[in-house]
Amino acid sequence: MWLAKIVVTYKRGILNPEAKTIQHALETLGYQDIDGLESGKYFEVRLKAGLKQTQAEQAVREICDRVLSNPVIQQYTFELEEADL
Amino acid sequence: MKFGVVVFPGSNCDHDAYHVLKHVLGVRVEYIWHKETALRLFDAIILPGGFAYGDYLRAGAVARFSPVMQAIVKFAEQGGRVIGICNGFQVLVEAGMLPGALLPNDHMRFRCQEVYLRVADHTTDFTRQYSAGQVLKMPIAHYCGQYFADDDTIKLLQDQERIVFQYCDAQGAVTKTANPNGSRLNIAGILNESKNVLGMMPHPERAGEEILGSTDGLGIFKSLLGNA
Repeated sequence: MWLAKIVVTYKRGILNPEAKTIQHALETLGYQDIDGLESGKYFEVRLKAGLKQTQAEQAVREICDRVLSNPVIQQYTFELEEADL
Repeated sequence: MKFGVVVFPGSNCDHDAYHVLKHVLGVRVEYIWHKETALRLFDAIILPGGFAYGDYLRAGAVARFSPVMQAIVKFAEQGGRVIGICNGFQVLVEAGMLPGALLPNDHMRFRCQEVYLRVADHTTDFTRQYSAGQVLKMPIAHYCGQYFADDDTIKLLQDQERIVFQYCDAQGAVTKTANPNGSRLNIAGILNESKNVLGMMPHPERAGEEILGSTDGLGIFKSLLGNA
């Protein structure tokens, strides 16, 4: 079985007020060394065994492009690992 | 002239839209359940406000995969008129029927208030009842209403005169302080390229009776009636 760990974040240049608010809160708490903070969404998608790695990657990419991210404002990265679950 | 109002699981302004059309304007209107796959006999379709599918993932992101959306894409391609209000606007951009995206408001707060809108284009099928630059009062109620598009898309919208409504002050000045959510160019409503699909964050269906504080929203529906 393949396990895809997917992270979706806003593209550079898109204001992410949530991340800004969290960063500001941390600075208010005294964490003065923070240089930047990003927030996003995390997904784990399990794919059926039997797929080749390239097939699994292609499936994940398609899911990310079509549904999990909005390409107008977001980008994604993922890791694919073989899992025993 | 017959309107259809789409009902997604989580729509909550569907009744408001139905009410204003049927009881205030006396127009024929029917609900369209989101599982419908064929649309017939409608002249205009409204995607109402609400929280379709709980706004899970992103506002409008799941609703666009409802069976009815394929039929609505086809309806629009054939020239049918579609209005997406608030959550309906979010569905239209997620479905790619309108460009850009709706981001969380720049101040991270849900805004439920009256706003003023400037009619940036009074020559469209949706705005013929208004005069050039007319200032309208309507409510907004949203968390994800910050209109975003890249520079090229914004320029295209301007060049093709597809920006219909902009947030403004009571005098009609489009200012930063009149912008309730950080939208680029104070954009509150836009059209598709063929100008038969309108998406807007403010709620014209909640501005249709004196008792609600404004009847300025009626002009949109009346404009469509005039074109039937």
